[in-house]
Amino acid sequence: MSTTSTDLLYSDVEDSLRGSVRALMGDRCPPESVMARYDGAAPEPGLWRALGEDLGVAGLLVPEKLGGAGASAREAAVVQEELGRFVAPVPFLTSAVLATTALLEVGDDRLLPRLAGGELTAVLALPLSCAPGETGTSVRRGEDGRLHGRVSSVADADLADVLVVPVGTGSGTELHQVQPAAAGVSVEPVLSLDMSRQICDVGLDGVESTPLADDGAAAVRTALVTGAAMLASEQLGVAEWCLQSTVAYVRERQQFGRPVGSFQAVKHRLADVWLEVSSARAAARHAAGAVADRGSDFETAASLAQAYCSGVAVHAAEECVQLHGGIGMTWEHPAHLYLKRAKADEIALGTPGRHRTILAELVSLPA
Amino acid sequence: MSDGDARAVRERLSTRVRALLAEHDPATTERLDFLRARFDAGLAWVHYPEGLGGLGLPRSWQPTVEDELAAAGAPDNEPHRIGIGLGMAAPTILAFGDPEQQQRFLRPLWTGEEVWCQLFSEPGAGSDLAAVATRAVRDGDAWVLDGQKVWTSNAHSARWAILLARTDPTVPKHAGLTYFICDMTDPGVEVRPLRQITGEAEFNEVFLSAARIPDAHRLGGVGDGWRVARATLMNERVAIGGAATPREGGMIGVVADTWRQRPELRTPELHDRLLRLWVDAEVTRLTRERLRQQLAVGDPGPEGSGMKLSFARLNQEISGLEVEMLGEDGLRYDDWALRRPYVVDFTARGPGYRYLRAKGNSIEGGTSEVLHNIVAERVLGLPSEPRTDKDVAWKDLPR
Repeated sequence: MSTTSTDLLYSDVEDSLRGSVRALMGDRCPPESVMARYDGAAPEPGLWRALGEDLGVAGLLVPEKLGGAGASAREAAVVQEELGRFVAPVPFLTSAVLATTALLEVGDDRLLPRLAGGELTAVLALPLSCAPGETGTSVRRGEDGRLHGRVSSVADADLADVLVVPVGTGSGTELHQVQPAAAGVSVEPVLSLDMSRQICDVGLDGVESTPLADDGAAAVRTALVTGAAMLASEQLGVAEWCLQSTVAYVRERQQFGRPVGSFQAVKHRLADVWLEVSSARAAARHAAGAVADRGSDFETAASLAQAYCSGVAVHAAEECVQLHGGIGMTWEHPAHLYLKRAKADEIALGTPGRHRTILAELVSLPA
Repeated sequence: MSDGDARAVRERLSTRVRALLAEHDPATTERLDFLRARFDAGLAWVHYPEGLGGLGLPRSWQPTVEDELAAAGAPDNEPHRIGIGLGMAAPTILAFGDPEQQQRFLRPLWTGEEVWCQLFSEPGAGSDLAAVATRAVRDGDAWVLDGQKVWTSNAHSARWAILLARTDPTVPKHAGLTYFICDMTDPGVEVRPLRQITGEAEFNEVFLSAARIPDAHRLGGVGDGWRVARATLMNERVAIGGAATPREGGMIGVVADTWRQRPELRTPELHDRLLRLWVDAEVTRLTRERLRQQLAVGDPGPEGSGMKLSFARLNQEISGLEVEMLGEDGLRYDDWALRRPYVVDFTARGPGYRYLRAKGNSIEGGTSEVLHNIVAERVLGLPSEPRTDKDVAWKDLPR
């Protein structure tokens, strides 16, 4: 579909969902609580429980017959926007989108009801930097039938009750379920650029597993495409917060006897960020709609959104730091939380350059 | 509007379209006769009032009419040729004209029988439009105008112009302006082509030497010209809508086709730049599509203010890449002759032309610098720069 008729607006239901998430996060996820993660504070499980379980967003993408909300990627995208706005340290993208989509794609009906209810959290054991189409993993099944290998930079693995592990077979990819508490599993949180989305190195040393699918390559790919599309909405939320807080600041901040926001050198930069945010919204909505409709265009839409929105979030966060002047460089001001998230998100699920390469193939613009 | 109401409106429109087509078969009716009949049937612009070519319906119904008439093979009024009349003069006449002016001007404007142009900019009043120096002096029932206007598209084919002139130089610049409808056939109006960097002359300089405008052709009150002009300019920038553009529908499609057809031009560096611009062009297309959807549900967002900025930057970058990509062929140019095109058609000319013409996209209709200010002030609510001229009589301003 090249003349898109995807609905790019927000429905009333989506606006109402946004309102609920924003109210909860405003109440429970102040910037100080995110900042504390950088000083070693443990994740606060109550936040994800309130969001995933009480508000029910853990099961948004899970069909009703499996105990979920039976919503679509459009609603999930709105949640992702709000979580970006609060740089919320919750495993929505990793569990409720990536792992959930992979499980849906392989037809799981055992884990999904418990994921949907918020009872379990799962992560897909791949590096956060993995782009759609990259299923390369060093994890193999040994002659003992057990899993061996190491996966670095797995986001939110420290929060997971279940690891969904892609396993290379030489010719394809199997999907296995592993309990983090099982013998031979190590999950090592590492200091992360973005501590609001903790990455961990996962080691599997002769680990017993439950097979989920013999051929999981397509499921992993679809999960990564879906994740990439949802990530674009998170980036939109990050960029919007940066724009709004910077606009508010430069209206108040006085230098040379007038608000710094009255200088054209400042105004023009913010007008450019606003333009980019407006465009990012169209790209992110388009990607969410394409994933929801699962049309032939959905990989293009996701890569387009990633190729565009990654840069917008980074630019908005960098301008946020710059236009706040000295205060923007302080630990005390939350701007750095957004800069770190934006920069990590740029790498997550494929860099913009990687997505441009994917697009080149999808839209026949060969190198 | 409920589904039932929507059905009733659709049925009412279809009935009118069928009646129009039955009484004026497009196959046998003269084009102008058909267009006049369409205007009189209220199907010209349905959001205009009854009697003035409309039915007082929401604007979102217009595509329904266009689709049905197009399907029946009816001629249209070639809107791309009369954009200034449709997009700027008409809404201003509707908002500020008296009934006589509306009756006299709107019908031939819409059918294209009378072409309109815009006499706003002057050599000394570009971005600072309120600084216009063209003087209008009252003489009985008429005004006498002296001055020079510039960047006037279609002045050489226009019958009428919307014009901004200074009627009181002793008050601050915004307060001393009055808005007129100028007869382009008046002997005091002289039109000269203004050649541009492309070689052609889309625009004109217009010299006014004791040109006479009857007071009956004044739009709005004496001294109220700035308010009227602002309404005109708002409409200029809102004139987005119409049909959805397909992917690669704009200038990027031309470059993408060249890329596909000429593998010998490909380098890794050009490839990355092409892909970046392809992404920007596609996202801008989606942004425009989102704006179109907002308009369709009667909720226009502020995104419209930004579209011109995005398109200007894109056109310039894409056309620049195209010339560079072509290498040796990029050294050639298709035509330096002074031509007078009626419409700007990027695709009908060569890459060198596209590159040069696109430079105007960030100047015409509001420079990108001014549009950045507009976005910053009206959308983001940032304070304006201090204005040193706002309380000074126009005659005392430095110039």
